[in-house]
Amino acid sequence: MEVIYILWLRQIKRYQRSKARVIGSLGQPLLFMVAFGFGFGPIYQKAGEGNYLEFLVPGVIAMTILFSSIFAGLDIIWDRQFGFLKEMLVAPVSRLKIMFGRCLGGATTAVFQGLIVLLLSFILGFRLANYWLIIPAIVVMLLIAFAFTLLGTGIASMMKDIQGFQLIVNFLVMPLVFLSSAFFSLKDLPGIIMLIMKANPLSYGVDALRGILIGLNTFGLLYDFTILLSVVIIFLIAASYFFSKIEAD
Amino acid sequence: MIINVENLTKKFGNFIAVDNISFSVVEGEILAFLGPNGAGKSTTIKMLTTVLKPTSGRIEINGYNPVIKKDKARHSFGIVFQDSSVDDELTAYENMMMHAVLYGLPRETRQKKIKDLLEFVELLDRKNEVVKKFSGGMKRRLDIAKGLLHRPKILFLDEPTQGLDPQTRNHIWEYIRKTNQEEKMTVFFTTHYIEEAEKSADRVVIIDQGKIIAIGTPSELKAQAGKDNLEEAFIELTGSVIREEKADLNRDVMKRFRR
Repeated sequence: MEVIYILWLRQIKRYQRSKARVIGSLGQPLLFMVAFGFGFGPIYQKAGEGNYLEFLVPGVIAMTILFSSIFAGLDIIWDRQFGFLKEMLVAPVSRLKIMFGRCLGGATTAVFQGLIVLLLSFILGFRLANYWLIIPAIVVMLLIAFAFTLLGTGIASMMKDIQGFQLIVNFLVMPLVFLSSAFFSLKDLPGIIMLIMKANPLSYGVDALRGILIGLNTFGLLYDFTILLSVVIIFLIAASYFFSKIEAD
Repeated sequence: MIINVENLTKKFGNFIAVDNISFSVVEGEILAFLGPNGAGKSTTIKMLTTVLKPTSGRIEINGYNPVIKKDKARHSFGIVFQDSSVDDELTAYENMMMHAVLYGLPRETRQKKIKDLLEFVELLDRKNEVVKKFSGGMKRRLDIAKGLLHRPKILFLDEPTQGLDPQTRNHIWEYIRKTNQEEKMTVFFTTHYIEEAEKSADRVVIIDQGKIIAIGTPSELKAQAGKDNLEEAFIELTGSVIREEKADLNRDVMKRFRR
């Protein structure tokens, strides 16, 4: 247990110490909320759909968590290049614990980023009906974060250089965000787009967050939870496999 | 015998990095693996420390086969890698604590042991500084302190003093020798500095192109080669042709190949 804790703590400390990265990574979500929220807001309203910013906030939170989680995998490649990965891999502890600790740490910092975005949205005028809703929202954020930290870790375990990782992630991250329900509602869409969005795990994270934060839900919260949890388990199995295959050299 | 190696071979594709070597190390001994760049020193140490899997041959570390009983073997040794393995974003103290937890040091003794070792490598007053700000020599000292933290039975050092100034080098060896004598800690180190091997090791293994060329105390090796200093004996035994470029090139090619 203590091994998991110390590796979790390490990720937290690294996060705290990289203030530039933290602030830098908040620019994009803020831009999305301001530009899209206010830009598309009037059209959305005219179509009789209500407040677009409100609709957008859960999506942007999910997007922020996705970015920050997947890039937790990047840390593994940095650790490989700086030699610290070896230190962990020759220690007499199981690989599963190492991976678990790291991913929990990565997921925690990703959720933290998500919460900062939520705070920023308050400045832009977003309001919650009840502030206790933040607690179930954090649970959903953790599930999203854990799923994508595992995905990033699994990918990074197979990569030796940063360029390769970034290439794959870029091919993955943007479609995951734009072909999800983060910015659009899942109705009246062409069949094939709908199918892709339904196959995208992020859609269920967004749907659950939207359900909790603004009471707008398509699939039902229980269904969202089940899918998210299954995705976490599948990614956990896959990431453990790839992480156990890393050669320390 | 605390380390026993029989017919150990490591191939990367067609390139034979370590070619059928056998040797053993007595408990409490300081053994130097001496050889030019690309001789197979690091590959050997990596196989002994569970980092690389041998292509063939048998290894025993403190009675355990590191290929099968990985964790038992890992508890038996400490390793200082050729490249630093500290976390730049953590402080010296946090790095040590991380190591203490990974190696399961009892909670009660951790703090004192960390403090003692940091004091010895003269980093105690900077223990709360992030390692990023350290010089190469300071990082190296931290690496070595980390390797010694769990009082391993065997300490592996891969080119431990490369790039360090003579003062630091002397200082580090002083401590390693002291621990070696007080706790009967076995030390296995690789180097390409002849004087380091001669000065610090009880026995020297000369390795070249993956093969062991000679094993013995420094004076035995000198006698064997009929020379009166180890440098001449080394050149006599390995030949004077500069072959490291070819060896390094091979390693580069292999690296690309393995990607």
